[in-house]
Parts: sequence; structure tokens; C-alpha cells
Amino acid sequence: MQKEEQIQQAITTRFPALAATTRVVRIRRISVDTGLADFIAVLDFLCAEQQIVMLCAITGLDEGEMLSAIYHLAREDGIVVNLKLIVPKEQPVIPTITERFSVAALYERELVDLFGFIVEGLPNGNRYPLPDGWPEGVFPLRKDFTAEEAAKLPPAQ
Amino acid sequence: MTRVTIPIGPQHPALKEPASLSVTLEGERIVDFDLRLGYNHRGIEKEAENRTYLQDIYMIERVCGICSHSHATCYIQAVEEVAQLEVPKRALFIRTIVAELERIHSHFLWLGVAGHEIGFDTLFMYSWRDRETVMDLLAAITGNRVNYGINTIGGVRRDIKPEEYPPIIAALNTLEERVRYYITLALEEVTLIKRLSGVGTLTREEVISLGIVGPTARASGVTRDVRHDDPYAAYSEVTFNVISDDHCDVYGRAIVRLKEALESCSIIRQCLDKMPEGPITIKAPRKIPVGEAISRYEAPRGEDVHYVRGNGTEKPERVKVRAPTLANLQGVKTMLRNYNLADVSIVLAAIDPCFSCTDRTVAVLDASGSCREIMDMQALRDWSIAEYQRRGVDFAELNARA
Repeated sequence: MQKEEQIQQAITTRFPALAATTRVVRIRRISVDTGLADFIAVLDFLCAEQQIVMLCAITGLDEGEMLSAIYHLAREDGIVVNLKLIVPKEQPVIPTITERFSVAALYERELVDLFGFIVEGLPNGNRYPLPDGWPEGVFPLRKDFTAEEAAKLPPAQ
Repeated sequence: MTRVTIPIGPQHPALKEPASLSVTLEGERIVDFDLRLGYNHRGIEKEAENRTYLQDIYMIERVCGICSHSHATCYIQAVEEVAQLEVPKRALFIRTIVAELERIHSHFLWLGVAGHEIGFDTLFMYSWRDRETVMDLLAAITGNRVNYGINTIGGVRRDIKPEEYPPIIAALNTLEERVRYYITLALEEVTLIKRLSGVGTLTREEVISLGIVGPTARASGVTRDVRHDDPYAAYSEVTFNVISDDHCDVYGRAIVRLKEALESCSIIRQCLDKMPEGPITIKAPRKIPVGEAISRYEAPRGEDVHYVRGNGTEKPERVKVRAPTLANLQGVKTMLRNYNLADVSIVLAAIDPCFSCTDRTVAVLDASGSCREIMDMQALRDWSIAEYQRRGVDFAELNARA
């Protein structure tokens, strides 16, 4: 767990405000919760100084008042940093990371379609994964979208 | 030169599953490529929130018809981590054996598809015939050719008994001999070398910057393999080589998959040798505590990622699935640029996008459409051998299981 603790230490030294939300979960797993203010700085720090080379996935979460996106970032040696970005559901604006990881494009489109995130800077392209005729403002992976809500949707074109 | 945009899909004979491609050409040369996905989106992540953890295993196993064990295991590892379950070692070994058998069947399947895409249907027929050996083995061990249902929370549902080892080893001998034959074929057969070399190239740097995973990445010299980097199941207890190649093209991807199949045989042998005694499952609680976990798994096509969050009830709060194809599809545009329209199908096939196939019985209909008889797999196989004998070709002695 030595490497994991060193990474945790490095993050909390550089970002003292994140000390309470940076944890070593188990061997090869670290989690960091952050807000919009620090997000890009933490991401760049992890890539530049902590050998993060891969974006495995982005998980969206509906947490009531807040929406979260967890960026699962991996190193060559198998250590994964789960960087969680938490934003208010009222204004779920997050920056794109496609300039850093081009593979993020489809993952971010998923956040847009299924959770209603607004991803600033995401290049134009086909939506994913919902069909073109999907009604605006309906986000299937939010908790208020239930089977009853789905039944009210207009029939597919 | 005037540019022409050709739509391929969502339904097209060259595609094994629905996706909409538009290929922009100058003459024969591809200058742009656009992809619209989502035709297969079935809302499984949402549905997973409405089912219990146990029911979810069987649904998630059906995310994909080929890497069904990959998804089920990846999901279950995350659930077990949240529930802090210590899975018995014997169960981990059995999961590893099924995982590697699945990799062999997937790579044989890919070889056949690749052969078909380049008009080399003899290769397709041979490799799919040989694939039956591993399908039969999976059916014998798990009861199913695909969607094995071997996993349960806290272990596996079926044991592999010592008396089952000899037929497994006999089948591995056959498979290894066939894989060696295909490796020789790949290294010497001019049709394969000329058609696949220099097609769909992706440099090492492009692989890293595009986030490509699995055999596609390893064929460009990037030695990333979750089994080695972030070991799960029994992979830390066996030795194996992470196969890579520096051809950086479709040819390299073929070689990597074939050599990997050989490594898989060796992993299964080691698992059988070292199989620990003990139970195959521990009792898991119905309610999974609050917590979250991310699980990674090296599926035949590359890294599979599952995220599971528990909320203290018997249903998960969130299940997230990232299949390897989603990462690899985004690299196809780079792979295709400046190649010819005729290369689209093999370059796309070379990342091995997923499709599902399973059928165990064939209903023979007469002209009026009413069912005459039901043939099972062995009857169908015997019938087909007899039919070819009637035409003067004897396959009986080639049939590994006859």
C-alpha cells in the first residue's frame, strides 16, 4: 500500500482542501472527491506528476441535490484513482476532458444524454446513446425517471 | 476530386450488430469516417437498479453474447468488494478457467470472422469447426455454450470435479495443436500476410492517446493487460506472458489473438494443476451494505470496467458498464484514414466488435411451415458429416469429438 499512500500524500500536500476526501480504499484503489474549482487542476496534477495515463470510464451518479461524475483514471501499474466531480443538479455544468483524453468523448456524451450534464467544450458530434427523437429534458438514469415516467413518453418515431 | 459519402448501416450485411457508419471517400480513398452508435442500447444500467443483485448477474451476463462471463465476473467482483466477501480460492480458479475458455472461443470466433471478411472462407470454416471443441467444453463444465451462469455472489455455482480434468486436458491438447497450426498459417500463408499487413495501422503513440485497449492495443506494442497489471480471480497465482506485437496493423492483431489463445491454454492447465481444495461458495447476504467499488477485467476484446454502488438494500443504487468496444470504436476513424473502402469491414472487424450468438436446437420445417423434427447439436453435426460424405468429402476423422 506504500505507493497508494504516497499518491494520497502527494494529492493532499498539493491540495490541502481535499485532505478530508482523499482516501486509499484498498490496494490499487484511491478515491478523491472534488468540486468544480479544483477538478481540472487535480486532473492535470495526476497526469503530470502521478503517472496517470488512462481513462477507464466515467460513471455518472444522481445523488439527490447533486450530480456526480466519477472519472476512473488508471496508471500502468494497475493503480486506479477514482476522481469524483460533484456539481449541483440545478446547474450541472462540467468541463470536457477530451483534450486530455480523446476517448472521453463518448463517455461525456453518455453523461449528457443519460444524466443531463452540460459538458462545456465537448466537440460537436452525434449524440450517444439515445435516439435522435428522444424528448428534451428527460434523463433516463436520473432517479426521478421511473417506469411510470417512461410510460408517459411519446411513442418512438 | 468530388467527395462521396456512403452510409453503411444501421443494418448492413458487413455489420454483425447495428451501428451507423458514414464513410466519406475521394475515389476509393477514405478521407472521413463518422459513427453513430446507440442502436443496441437496451437500458440495462437502469434496469439493474430495479432488480436484486442476484437477478442482475443473469441480466448483466446478457450484455454480450460472447463475453458473457467477462461482464458477469466483472460485475460480481465489484459486488463482492462492496459486501467485503472473501471468495473461496477454488471459486476464483474456476472463474479463471471459464474466463480463459471464453477467451479461446472468442479468439477462434474472431479468426473465422476475419477470414470471412477478407474472402478467405476456408479459414472461417476451419476455425469455427475447431471452436466447437471449446464450446463443447464450456457446455460440459457450465451447462451452456454461452451465458454460462457459473457465477454467484460469493463464488461459483458448479464445481469442476477431478474426474472432469482428463477430458478438459484432452480438449486443450486438441486446441493447442489447432492454435499452433493457425499461428504457422498466419506466419506463412501469403493470402493472410498480404491482405492484413499494413492495413488499419495504429502507432504505439496513437494507441496511447486514443485510449485503445485489449489485443488491438497490444498489437501496437502497448503491453497493457488487466490480468497482469491489476490481477483479479486467480491470475496472481499463475504465470503467463502478456502477448504483444509490433506490426501495428490488422496482421499484428491476428497474431496477438492467436498467441493469446495459446497462453490461455497454459493458464487453464496451471489452474487445473494448482486447483485448491475447499468450498466453491460462501453465503452472501441478500442486502449489500452502503459502499462502492470499481472492478476491471481483461475481456477477450480488452478492458471491461464495472462500477457498483450499494445502498444497504437488496438492489444496487447504480451499476455502470464500460465495455471494451466503446473505447476501441473511437480509434477506428484513425485506423481507416487514407485506406480504401474495401478495407472498412476488415479494419472494423479487427477490433472485434461484439455480437451475440447462441442456438442449441434447429427446427426443421417442411414446405407448409409446420415443424417436422427437432435436431439437437450432435444430431445436426452427424447429419452434416453424412451429407458431406454423400458428396465425397469425409470430415469424420477431422471432427475432434467424433
